[in-house]
Amino acid sequence: MQLRPILASLRHHKLTATLLALQVAFTCAIVCNVVFMVVNRIERITVPTGIAEQELSVIHSAGIEKDENAQAQHAADLAALRAIPGVRSVAAVSYALPLGQSESSYGTCPDKQAMDRAMQIMSTAGAGCSQPSVFDGTPGLAATLGLHVVEGRDFRSDDYVVGYKNRPAVAIISRTLAQHLYHGRQALGQSMYVGDKSIRVVGIMDDLLRPNLRKPGVDYDSMLWPQLPDDSGVTYVMRSAPQDRQRVLEAAAAALVKVNPNRIVNPERMRTYTQIRAKYFQRDTTMIGLLVASVLGLLFVTALGITGLANFWVQQRRRTIGIRRAIGATRNDILRYFQAENFLVASAGIVLGLLLASALNLVLMRLYELPRLPAYYLPAGALVLWLLGQLAVLGPARRAAAVPPVVATRSA
Amino acid sequence: MFGYYLDLAWRSLRRTPMLTVLMMVAIGLGIGASMTMLTVLHVMTDDPMPGRSAQLFTPHLDPLPLDYKLDGDGPDPTANLTLPDAMALLKARRATRQAAMAGGSLLVRPAQVGAQPFNIDGRYATADFFSLFDVPFEHGQGWSGADDEARAHVVVLSDALARKLFGSKGGVGETVRLGDNDYRVVGVIADWAPKPLFYADSTGSQYSDDDQFFLPLSVAVDRDLPVNGNNSGWGRENATGKTSFNMSWLQFWVQLDTPAQAAAYRQFLVDYSAQQKSLGRFQRPPTDAKLYSLMGWLAHENLVPNDIRLQLWLALGFLFVCMVNIVALLLAKFLRRSGEISVRRALGARRRDIFQQLGIESAVIGVAGGLLGLGIAQLGLWSVRQRPDDYAKLAQMDVSMLLGTLALAIVASVLAGLLPAWRVCRVAPALQLKTL
Repeated sequence: MQLRPILASLRHHKLTATLLALQVAFTCAIVCNVVFMVVNRIERITVPTGIAEQELSVIHSAGIEKDENAQAQHAADLAALRAIPGVRSVAAVSYALPLGQSESSYGTCPDKQAMDRAMQIMSTAGAGCSQPSVFDGTPGLAATLGLHVVEGRDFRSDDYVVGYKNRPAVAIISRTLAQHLYHGRQALGQSMYVGDKSIRVVGIMDDLLRPNLRKPGVDYDSMLWPQLPDDSGVTYVMRSAPQDRQRVLEAAAAALVKVNPNRIVNPERMRTYTQIRAKYFQRDTTMIGLLVASVLGLLFVTALGITGLANFWVQQRRRTIGIRRAIGATRNDILRYFQAENFLVASAGIVLGLLLASALNLVLMRLYELPRLPAYYLPAGALVLWLLGQLAVLGPARRAAAVPPVVATRSA
Repeated sequence: MFGYYLDLAWRSLRRTPMLTVLMMVAIGLGIGASMTMLTVLHVMTDDPMPGRSAQLFTPHLDPLPLDYKLDGDGPDPTANLTLPDAMALLKARRATRQAAMAGGSLLVRPAQVGAQPFNIDGRYATADFFSLFDVPFEHGQGWSGADDEARAHVVVLSDALARKLFGSKGGVGETVRLGDNDYRVVGVIADWAPKPLFYADSTGSQYSDDDQFFLPLSVAVDRDLPVNGNNSGWGRENATGKTSFNMSWLQFWVQLDTPAQAAAYRQFLVDYSAQQKSLGRFQRPPTDAKLYSLMGWLAHENLVPNDIRLQLWLALGFLFVCMVNIVALLLAKFLRRSGEISVRRALGARRRDIFQQLGIESAVIGVAGGLLGLGIAQLGLWSVRQRPDDYAKLAQMDVSMLLGTLALAIVASVLAGLLPAWRVCRVAPALQLKTL
């Protein structure tokens, strides 16, 4: 394939070819970055919570009267919920659940000295301390959520205290928190400091995600406390087979009202975990949809532009093509000619586009705290645009190849 | 001449229907995407109180101790006022009108037999709230300063809640049970909910919330009613009740009619801070006291999520690529007609005439593309409204955005036509005519 005649002909359409290359360049730059954003968001919305999400559903109940005996009420509710067919286990929590958005967290230090240091500099971060989220709940919470205690033990009935005002003496901490507090040393049996009280680590569990995502490093800093909810507003977590969840939720609402009608069971706070996750990441899902739509739109418009222009050029050059065919060029030669021409223009655009993509990424990193674009996105983006260009030019190129040699003999 | 050019444009566009449709689709998609996002941004940054926002201001003080460190993620305690400060500003009466307020949720227990109790959001406020924001009343009126003083159990309801509880008769004079207390209904407001709910605490969802009830602030303090949003305490002694000097939870708005009055109020805030500092209560410089205008406060709060801005940039980038596309196509199209244009030049048409002719042809594409874009934008806004985001319901195009869409489309297409028209005007007629 001779490139020289192609270059010579492109020189006649300098401005048009430049514009087409520019379009490819901008498309390449935007598509690389937007696809990267989509991948980031997908990673975000698929973050594991560490619990058996597929089997869990959650219902919230709020008592109306103030002078209720919360403990008795919770016990009666739990018994009623456990009796629902299909429910394997139930636990009550005050409010904290992974991705549940309501959270309590406490500055927690590995030992007394670290706590004193943290108090002195008024910051947990500098003193080797963390801000884990704390999950309270009734006995059996770990099993209901599907959390595995990998070292040490689960809570015993004499570990439990009532209400958030009473600090428990023991806790189960996540693997990540153990690592953050004790850096590879044996965490089991250590005494953490939460405020001025010490809490002994009796168990290490698999990672449990916070109610609110902060940043990737600390999202799994969490611990369980043997602390019973003691408010008339309470959240029940039920475990059942995945397909039973909706039915279980409806039965649960009815069962709770039957136990005590003097309460509010808000239908909006009666959700399967799938719904909780969907709600938490709803904005990200919208954004993914929009980003994907704009990538497709961009590629579509660029493909249309390439096809349109190529079509135009083919029409313009019918006579020239006829002459070439008449003096011996095969159909394949004509086809290759237009394909090569497109390849050249696209390549010029892609080279510029890759530079623009990196520049755009730098701007986005500054303005929207996006991570750096991994290098392999650039060749992948280039490949996509080359393919797109070749696909877009195929139709016009084949039409060109179909021009019969006899055209040469007719006047333009 | 205009009619003739229009006719020429029509003929030329019809000669290459594929290319014409292509250009229209490109500009339609670009305009549609951009206008969808511009409209969303427009409704989110719109003036919630047109005609009145210029006179509304919110004062902010900084009572934090010097060694207080702001948590990066946490809410800012200085976004709100403490009760003692709010009461001091209220009693000073330095503005035309002033009111302190805070949001809260209460349980309504309908009197009807069998009706389930439900939670509603509302506002605790001082008497001037209604005149300050020019709240329209359907029945009755707000309460008086004397009611504030007396901690009178009176309530103003939204029309929606009044209708739900009392039917169409309004309910003024009736009693309603909210939480654990009874209140006498003194007024029902007409449909009124500024978007965003600028006077509410900034941690809530201000695009979807509205107030169902209004109670005197003094009652909320007296009965320790629950308060929503950012209640930030500081100080070691942990005195964090509603009356504490160390807990901020109140929003405060004033009406200042002239710039001079606003400047005087600003000075008053600095003086007040200086006085509190000399009393040993404030530790930070008195000049930290700020007075935000309504729009200034909304800008400071930055309610528009980053995602929306990103989407707007993306849409504009998309429009830009579409425009480059159209420039290339128009250029090819115009250059193809070098012969025809050379004939017109040879017959006496000036470059200006050719320029006009081609400009009109581009504008025709723009108008058609703009109409298509309008349709696409409506489709885009419809899909935004289907989303559960709190601002989604507001995504509607008003007349100015409608006209703006068409204008943008025409400007974009004429701009896109400029370079090709200029290029083709430079073709030497003689050279072209020879090859004809």
